[in-house]
Amino acid sequence: MANNPTSSSGAASLWRDPDKRAILYQVIVVALIIWFVGSIISNTATNMEDRGLASGFGFLKTSAGFGIISTPLISYSEGSSYGVVFLVGLVNTIIMAFVGCVLALFLGFFVGIARLSKNWLVQKIATAYIELFRNVPLLLQILFWYSAVLKPLPGPRSLYEAGQKVSLSLNNRGLIFAEPIGQAGMGTVWWALLGGVILAFIVRWWAKHRQMKTGKQFPIFWTAVALIVAMPLVVYFVLGSPMDFVPAEMTRFALKGGVTIIPEFIALLLALVVYTAAFIAEIVRAGIQSVSHGQTEAASALGIKPNHRMRLVVVPQAMRVIVPPLTSQFLNLTKNSSLATAIAYPDLFSVFAGTTLNQTGQAVEIMAMTLAVYLTLSLLTSGFMNWYNSRIKLVER
Amino acid sequence: MQFLKTLGVTALFVASAGVAQAGETLDAVKAKGFVQCGVSQGLPGFSNPDDQGDWTGLDVDFCRAMAAAVLGDAEAVKFTPLSAKVRFTALTSGEVDVLSRNTTWTMSRDTDFGEFVGVNYYDGQGFMVPKSLGVASATELSGAAVCTNTGTTTELNVADYFRANKMDYTVVAFEKADEVVAAYDAGRCDVYTTDRSGLAAQRTKLSKPDDHVVLPEIISKEPLGPLVRHGDNEWGDIARWSLNCMINAEEMGVSSANVADMATSTNPAIKRLVGAEGDLGSKIGLDNAFCGNIIASVGNYAESYERNVGPDTPLKLERGVNALWSQGGVLYAAPMR
Repeated sequence: MANNPTSSSGAASLWRDPDKRAILYQVIVVALIIWFVGSIISNTATNMEDRGLASGFGFLKTSAGFGIISTPLISYSEGSSYGVVFLVGLVNTIIMAFVGCVLALFLGFFVGIARLSKNWLVQKIATAYIELFRNVPLLLQILFWYSAVLKPLPGPRSLYEAGQKVSLSLNNRGLIFAEPIGQAGMGTVWWALLGGVILAFIVRWWAKHRQMKTGKQFPIFWTAVALIVAMPLVVYFVLGSPMDFVPAEMTRFALKGGVTIIPEFIALLLALVVYTAAFIAEIVRAGIQSVSHGQTEAASALGIKPNHRMRLVVVPQAMRVIVPPLTSQFLNLTKNSSLATAIAYPDLFSVFAGTTLNQTGQAVEIMAMTLAVYLTLSLLTSGFMNWYNSRIKLVER
Repeated sequence: MQFLKTLGVTALFVASAGVAQAGETLDAVKAKGFVQCGVSQGLPGFSNPDDQGDWTGLDVDFCRAMAAAVLGDAEAVKFTPLSAKVRFTALTSGEVDVLSRNTTWTMSRDTDFGEFVGVNYYDGQGFMVPKSLGVASATELSGAAVCTNTGTTTELNVADYFRANKMDYTVVAFEKADEVVAAYDAGRCDVYTTDRSGLAAQRTKLSKPDDHVVLPEIISKEPLGPLVRHGDNEWGDIARWSLNCMINAEEMGVSSANVADMATSTNPAIKRLVGAEGDLGSKIGLDNAFCGNIIASVGNYAESYERNVGPDTPLKLERGVNALWSQGGVLYAAPMR
C-alpha cells in the first residue's frame, strides 16, 4: 500500500485504488442492507398498528381447548396451553422426519444397488420403481396412500364384535397391536441388551486389532447378532417371559387399548419414504458408478472376495459422492413432512401454524416460530451430515 | 427473532400492498368496480358454485346485496373461496373486502379478526352418525372417533362437550370440509360434527344420505354472520345496514316482486326503506335507493332463505329460530330511520 504511488493523492486516485474501492463497495452494500432491513421493520410495525394486530408471545400460555389425534411422548389434554400444542407438533414432526429419513435411506440404498444388479428382472423392477415414484407429485402420493389404500380398509365394527380381544389389526382406524407392558424382571432383559451392544463393540475392536496384527479374520457379524439379539432373548425366556402383551378390546365404536398407529401417520410415512427413496436410489447408483472400474478390477486382482469388494472398496469411495446430495434429500423429506396438513396428521405445520394460528390470529409470531423450527431441524441435519462427510471424504496423502 | 418476525410480516403485507387503508374500502371498491367477497370452498345453501361456476347461497346473497348497495349491480362481485383456516388472514391482509363465510360470531373473533356486522343465520352445532351405529343420543358417544374441521369453533365446542360430559373421544381434524365429509363417508370416524345447517348441506354429498341420522342434541350457539376489517367504520356500516335492509324488508312485506311500487307507498317507513324519502343512503356514502336496489336484485331475507336453504331446497331447513321476531324467531333488525 505504502508503495502504491496513486494512493497518496486526491479523490480521483482514491477511486483508482482497488483496495480502497473495495472498501467503498462494502460500505455501500452494508448501508443498503441496513436500509432494507430497517424499512422492512418500520413497514411491518406501521402496518400492524394500522390493522390493530396484537403482537407478543403471551398466547403461548393460553389454553388451547381443542383435541389432537396423536400426542406421543407429551401429555396433552384440551386444557393444555398453545405452548404444549407447539411441542406436540414439534415431536410429531421430528418423529416423522427421523423415521422417514432412516427408512428412506435403507430403501434407497437397496433399490440403488438393485438398479445395478446383473439380474435383468431385479434391475428392471428397480428402474420402474424409481421412474414411477420419482415422477409423480408427492402430494398426490400422500393422498393416494391415504384415500385409496388406507381409508377404504374395513372398519373395526365390520370386523369385530363388541368385547372381542384383538392382538393385531389393520383397519381404517390404523394399525393396532397389543401393548407390551414390562413386568418385574424386564429390567434385566434391557440390561442384557445394553451389555450385548457393548460386548459387540469390544469384540469388533478386538477382532480388528487381531486382524491387523495376524491377518486372521473373525466372524464379527454373527457374533454381534448373537450378542445383541440372542443373548437378551435367552435371558428373556430364562426369566419366564416377563412381558405382558395386553390386547385391544372392541367397544361399541372402535378398538380400545393397545397401541394405535394412526392411518394418517402410515400414509404420510409411506409416501415420504417411497418418494424420497427413489431419489436416494439414483444418488446411490451415481455414487457407485462414479468409482472407477479399475478399483473393482484391482480388488479382484488382490484376491478380495466379491461381497467384500463392494463393502470394503467400492462403497467407501462411493460415499464421498453420495453423502452431499443425500443430505439434501434428508432436508427435503423433513420439509416435505409439512404436507401432513393435507391429511389429518398433526405435525407442527398442521396443529401450530394451522389450527393455533387460526384460533389466535398471531400470524407473525407463529410463522416465525415455525420457520425457526424447520430452519433449526435442517441446520442440525446438515451439520451432522457435514461432520459425517468430513470423516469419510478422501484423505490425500 | 425480531428479524424473522419481520420477514413473516413482510410476506403477509406484500400481498396487500395497494389495498386501501382504514376508511377507504368504499372508495377502493368503487374504483375497482366490484366487491371482493370471501366465501366457503363449497357449502351447499350458503356458498356453493353451480356447474356453470355461478355462486349461490345465503352468504353469497349477502355479498350480492352489498354489491347492489354500493355499485347498483348485484353481479359486481368476485368470490374468493377460503378454507376455515385461512379466512381471517385473508380478511385482515386485505385480500377480501368482506368475509361472508358461515362464520360464527364470538367475542375473541370480534376483537381479534374483524367487526361482525350482524347475523344472517342462527345455527347450533350437532352430530351426525350412521344409522347402523344405533346411537340415539350424543351422550352415548363415549369412545367414538369424531371428524371435524380444523380452525373452527366446532373443533373447540366438541372438545368442551366431551370434557364436560366426561367422555373419551378421538378427534380427526381436516382442513377442508370436503375432506371431512370424505373421511366420515369412508368410515374413518364414527361421528361427523359441524353446524346443523352444515350437516344438512354436507349430507347431500354422502354416498348414501339416508343411512345417516342427525342426533337431537344441539351443543352450542352458532350465530353465523358476515364480518369486515377493523378500522373502517363506514364500510362496516354499509355491510350492517345491507343485512338489516333485507331483514326489515321482510318484516315490512317488501319483496323483489313489489319493491318497484313501494316508492308510492303510504307507509313512511317503507318509503324511507326504499329511498323514496329521507337521506339514509347518503349517511353511509351511498345512493338513497341502496336498500331498494338490494331488494330489487337480491330480494328480502325470506326470499333469500327460501331460495337457498328453505324446505323446498335439498337442505330442507325450516325457518325455526331464523324466523322474524314477530313470528316466533329471533331475527330482529334495528329500525331504519
